[in-house]
Amino acid sequence: MKISVIITLKKDVLDPQGKVIQQALDGIGFNDVNEVRQGKYFEIDTKETDPKKAKDKVEEMCKKLLANLVIENYKIIDAQ
Amino acid sequence: MKSAVITFPGSNCDRDMDVALKKFGFKNKMVWHQDVELPKSDLVVLPGGFSYGDYLRCGSMASKSKIMQSVINFANSGGMVMGICNGFQILVETGLVPGVLLRNKYLEFICRNVFVRINNKHNSYFKNISNDVLELHIAHNEGNYFCTNDQLKEIEDNSQVAINYCNNEGKIEQPFNPNGSIKNIAGIFNKEKNVLGMMPHPERMIDPSLSGEDGSLFFKNLINNLK
Repeated sequence: MKISVIITLKKDVLDPQGKVIQQALDGIGFNDVNEVRQGKYFEIDTKETDPKKAKDKVEEMCKKLLANLVIENYKIIDAQ
Repeated sequence: MKSAVITFPGSNCDRDMDVALKKFGFKNKMVWHQDVELPKSDLVVLPGGFSYGDYLRCGSMASKSKIMQSVINFANSGGMVMGICNGFQILVETGLVPGVLLRNKYLEFICRNVFVRINNKHNSYFKNISNDVLELHIAHNEGNYFCTNDQLKEIEDNSQVAINYCNNEGKIEQPFNPNGSIKNIAGIFNKEKNVLGMMPHPERMIDPSLSGEDGSLFFKNLINNLK
């Protein structure tokens, strides 16, 4: 079963990379971008076949390793 | 006094730290990250470098390596654990010290000497040190210390700020902040002050012909405090 996870920076955390990307976009003509926030995307292929259990396990993975909850939020995208 | 330096894949200041500790009288042992037990030590050091290639987040993979459970137990039982640069990043990922280290504000890898002011001398790391300001070397991409407002209040209430970036006179102001860290924080303690994480490298300032000697001051003082 494949589960996807998106990790994003929390609202108040500075994202210098996102800011530079926004400036670069501006430089090549995309002048209407207010802000860019950079995040991470994971595809996890697990042996678990029960969607609920798989999701719970991935949630544990997020808390223990994939995300740093001081600065990041995670969002689990439905299993396929 | 016995010390141990942990080597992770990608550590590159581990041998410098070994040289520094031995120069000032420590009997140092190098410990591989896959080992399970720490040798008997008065001080454990997590060195600088790029453990696990900085994958995922700096220090995150190293914080889960085999030896770290022993390091965490050692710290929780009052043992002295010092993390320098990447070692500081590993410490925040274990949760032994609060907060995180973000990408430097201006996205530059910074490699230069800075001045830091010692904020708290009531601990085994800085007790009796003659100077208030030290000139040390920094070399990092992710040294921008960040924590939540609640954490910051707790850190300040418990005097957990160890050192702040400053100028040569010890003034802690924004222009002397190299990386955007909150309140110019360059190093912090855990609540009990037996765990210290800091971005500057004292081990790079121990030879007058190569650099300065403020690292020597730090190590001489440290071993005297532990005796």
